[in-house]
Amino acid sequence: MDFGDSPDESAFRIRLRTWLQDNNPGLPASSTDDEYWAGMAAWHRSLYDAGFFAMSWPTEIGGQGLSPVFEVIVDEELAAAGAPPRPSLGYLVQGIIEHGSPEIRRRFLPGIVNGRERWCQGFSEPDAGSDLASLRTRADREGDDFVLSGQKIWTSYSDEAEWCLLLARTDHDVATHRGISAFAVPMRQPGIKQRPLRMINGVTKEFGEVHFTGARVPAANMIGEPGEGWALAMTVVSHEREPGELGYVARYAKVVNDLGRRVRTDPAAFGSEQISELGWAMVEVEMLRRHVQRRLSERLNGIHHGPEGSVDKLLMTWVEQAVGHAALSSGGLAHGGGDDSWLHTYLYSRAQSVMGGTSQIQRNLIARRILGLPASS
Amino acid sequence: MDVRLSPEQEALRASAAQVVARFGPKAVGQLDDPERRARLDAAVDESGWRELRGDTGAGVPLASGVEPALVAEELGRGLADVSFLGPTLAAELRRIAGAPPARSGETVGLDTDLGLLVHEGEPGSSPMVAIDTLGCDSAVYLVADADADADADADANANADADADPDADGYRLARVELGPTRSGLDLTRPSVILRSLSPPALVEGSQRLVTADDITRWTALGLALASADLSGVMGGAVALACEYAKERKQYGAAIGSFQAVQHMLADAFALTEGARSITLHAAWAVDALPAPDALAAAAAAKAYSARAARTVCETVIQVHGGIGNTWECLAHVFLRRALFSGDICGDASVNLGRLLRHHGIGAGNGFR
Repeated sequence: MDFGDSPDESAFRIRLRTWLQDNNPGLPASSTDDEYWAGMAAWHRSLYDAGFFAMSWPTEIGGQGLSPVFEVIVDEELAAAGAPPRPSLGYLVQGIIEHGSPEIRRRFLPGIVNGRERWCQGFSEPDAGSDLASLRTRADREGDDFVLSGQKIWTSYSDEAEWCLLLARTDHDVATHRGISAFAVPMRQPGIKQRPLRMINGVTKEFGEVHFTGARVPAANMIGEPGEGWALAMTVVSHEREPGELGYVARYAKVVNDLGRRVRTDPAAFGSEQISELGWAMVEVEMLRRHVQRRLSERLNGIHHGPEGSVDKLLMTWVEQAVGHAALSSGGLAHGGGDDSWLHTYLYSRAQSVMGGTSQIQRNLIARRILGLPASS
Repeated sequence: MDVRLSPEQEALRASAAQVVARFGPKAVGQLDDPERRARLDAAVDESGWRELRGDTGAGVPLASGVEPALVAEELGRGLADVSFLGPTLAAELRRIAGAPPARSGETVGLDTDLGLLVHEGEPGSSPMVAIDTLGCDSAVYLVADADADADADADANANADADADPDADGYRLARVELGPTRSGLDLTRPSVILRSLSPPALVEGSQRLVTADDITRWTALGLALASADLSGVMGGAVALACEYAKERKQYGAAIGSFQAVQHMLADAFALTEGARSITLHAAWAVDALPAPDALAAAAAAKAYSARAARTVCETVIQVHGGIGNTWECLAHVFLRRALFSGDICGDASVNLGRLLRHHGIGAGNGFR
């Protein structure tokens, strides 16, 4: 067991650190500003082109086929440099790797990985949130196409995306979760309207809602078999729950480091409650960093999507919300004007216990699938 | 980086778990069984686990911090009423001081808040506590050495944790016989209060002075092992509560089928996993990182684990309902052990202060 760098890892770390000195885009913290979301596509391509993205993904889709440990190093160095975290699309990639045909994988994965094609995820609907299997968006076969009608919500980057990984109902005569199929839907076409959602911190570029009224998708763009959409969704959400996949440790570490600097600049201005909240946020971030290292090391035994992702998601949520509370207390609310980014960091943290499956859903999964507690009657 | 356990480490964990499963207490009533306890002690003795941090002969420990942490976790999980943490820390001190191994069971003496190793103040004025004393007849502790060679320790003092006496140039190892006084917080690991420590009896054969830097690293080991014990305690307590929640019926259903109960246990399980991850790193860091970084890693692990363990054990009592508040239920034995380990080498607050100081924050804000 070794938390230290091997010679290869150390050389990679130094190369990245040097590169970051000239290539850090200096974007604001993710949650505070539309500028961040607008800059993410360029950041993705910049990281990828320099060889610092998709470290552990297979080479045939544009990854580097290295150990997952390199993802940890990227996260650590991005955090240390105060750079934005790497784009989180591992869940899309894993879903398509696992369920797509060779043809689908060849067609779509390289563009996702190298950042040339932007994707959004069309899963949730106004009436299908935690109960995703009850989704009602339809895909009806017409010749070589499927015709889409319905509404999606919480669709990340729907305004910029060229493609949507869409879940739609293709069979109405079977149990709800067995009638769902997945598609790669081109977003720029008549019959698709998207509207940005304004979140509680004012950001409008992260989430949108999308209406499908007669949009078309070629049948060849179905990912997996008819009815395999639910299985694909489970692969995607189990990945979405893993902090290692998302690279969020870097984001949390950046906030805590910034707060630490703020306190060191004028220690007398901070009381023991504020310092204590910052200290606990540091402890939480340290926990998550080590937890991610442990989980990614376990992947050296082979990737496995078990219910452990729910544990990781719950831990990650506690960390984000502890960091949010530290931002609130030590960062301040800018009553007298000035920097309100701390308030936005805090407000953004409230969504973490909802997105990617609520904390209540995660607890259900842990109780049933890990602790073996009986089903509720 | 590859933080998977090696096959040897997996085997060590399995073997510790096996000993605890065979000889550990399964019920509160079994805590009073001296024959079972003697068999447990003999098995631990035979394993050599207490000597893992002893000297290879070249001044370095036989094992990293990870191996004793794995043992500590399994002993905590099974509420093993056998000394381990204390003797391991005593062996660490002897190795650092270049002293020969103890001839019989020996543990360490700490201050009464279990936070400080160095005995300060007027001789005999402030009592110390020997922790984890089962099977031990003596304890070692440190006394400041006024006549020490200042040059040898100048570098070390620059990195010292604030716990070490900045005026002392070095420390010597002292030893005291244990009396019969026992304190009752942890039902599985009794303490002995040490009252008459003057004049200190220095350990014969010590080759070198203990530096402030040594104390920093020693503290990191103590924190990592106490955190590992807490990981185990949490795991054992959650398992106990899950078992109960599957059996106990109300409203015609197992209480474990109710979401209100499921969610409490799910939270407890997640906290346990978080504690394991942060503690594994702290245990590795003991020897692998510079002393101040090792201490910061251990302080973070301990702060997290101490707070998590109290929450988890409280949850476990709640899941057991009225029964959880009776002496006969093992839940309070877990809680007591959690509170005790939570204080070893400093409680959550002390360690939060250590971590903040490591980041240049906290002096004068109410943190020790």
